[in-house]
Amino acid sequence: MSYLTLSLTLIFVLIPLFLSKTFNLGLERDTVIATIRSIIQLLVVGYLLQYVFDADNMIYMILMIGLMIGAATQNARKKGVTIKGVTWKLVLTFVFVELLTQGILLGLKITPATPQYIIPISGMVVGNSMVLSILFLNRFTAEVETHQNETELILSLGGTPKQAIHRQLINSIKASTIPTIESQKTIGLVQLPGMMSGQIIAGANPVQAVQFQLLVLFLLLTTAVITSILLGFLSYPTLFNQRMQMLKFTAE
Amino acid sequence: MTDNAAIQFEHVDYQADGLAILQNINDYFPKGKITALVGPSGAGKTTVFKLCNGLKSPTTGNILFNQQPVNTYEPVELRRRIGLALQDATMIQGTVRDNLALPLELQAKQLSNETAEQYMNLVGLKAEFLTRDVRDLSGGQRQKLSIARTLINQPEVLLLDEITSSLDRISRQDIERLILKINKELETTIIWITHNIEQAQAMGEHTWVMMDGRVVESGEIGLLDNPKNKEVERFIKGEVE
Repeated sequence: MSYLTLSLTLIFVLIPLFLSKTFNLGLERDTVIATIRSIIQLLVVGYLLQYVFDADNMIYMILMIGLMIGAATQNARKKGVTIKGVTWKLVLTFVFVELLTQGILLGLKITPATPQYIIPISGMVVGNSMVLSILFLNRFTAEVETHQNETELILSLGGTPKQAIHRQLINSIKASTIPTIESQKTIGLVQLPGMMSGQIIAGANPVQAVQFQLLVLFLLLTTAVITSILLGFLSYPTLFNQRMQMLKFTAE
Repeated sequence: MTDNAAIQFEHVDYQADGLAILQNINDYFPKGKITALVGPSGAGKTTVFKLCNGLKSPTTGNILFNQQPVNTYEPVELRRRIGLALQDATMIQGTVRDNLALPLELQAKQLSNETAEQYMNLVGLKAEFLTRDVRDLSGGQRQKLSIARTLINQPEVLLLDEITSSLDRISRQDIERLILKINKELETTIIWITHNIEQAQAMGEHTWVMMDGRVVESGEIGLLDNPKNKEVERFIKGEVE
């Protein structure tokens, strides 16, 4: 695709801008910012990837994944600022999920150990883990705040913090992973996944594209469940002190 | 240290967010008796309960349970031995039986049908209610269930926070009879927060009167008939909310 052809796709940005102006939706500023950011970010990433692929150096690849984890942490932590040490809990979760998934993929030789495979798959894993973290933290902080009486009741009856927070934890884990599981049920029927569509458009064999997409789907399922569970079990102890007392908590 | 104290406060202060909630509480709740804990809203009465049950810890001072500092007990053990029932009678989702069984489930134990019926009978609830959804219970029934649930742990001390304030006269009298029965039959020490001075006088043997985070008068319940403190007198006359 030439840059001239690419610039024609801006028509798809002008349409929402026009509609926003016509119906006074007030979305113009955010739409323009989102468009400019996506152009800059993707172009930078494109050139960066080209450089990393050409260099074929492990250090660059690790730096690139580190950058992804840093950006994902920065984005997700805003939803959990009321949880003590949320930044490190997120970093730990993303690193664990990344190591586990890449460990299985590379260890079992499912994908080749080259930057062309490792970096895009890491992007999908960390990106999905970030979305799951945001969903989980959002739900968990709301659940904890809403059910403080219940938590205190269980503590007052001689329950442990884990027992007192169990229901809120399970509800939050379920609520954050359900979208991933549900979307997998209708995949191919309602929408064709982005990566698969991209491969087909680029001329790849559709069956091979489906095989890769299945790999990604299963990967994201693991990512979703592990992210929510790990983040949940890392987060709940910070709501209590050593005397098993619930600390003051307000969801933001 | 007082020998017949179930719970004793030794110069206890409690602060939250820099605010003094309790100041220099230095008094005791006698063992085996019913103590009426009275005072206007915001006096710090519920905080006293949360300190006794270990849901909070004092900022300074000591609280003794059976002559031993509460912080030497495992929190779980302390909370089972000092039971707490609150005004809102919080329930977990599910049936009456689910709620009644909760304290045992927390210890990985099962509630037998016989025990369930025994406790339902003790608090004056019919055994057939066990399968009902808790949302279908009236305010009075919820309070009775809340007390039964706390009693399942067989606590030595029962802390009751305004448990009859939102109930009608009949339900209130039911609960009062129940508390007297628990105190006599199980020899449970009872500490009862109430706004109702007549109820305090009718039910209590001992009293604490709290104002602005302090115990301003304490002793035999008769002191409520003739308080020394002017503010307490105004409160008893209903001139202070």
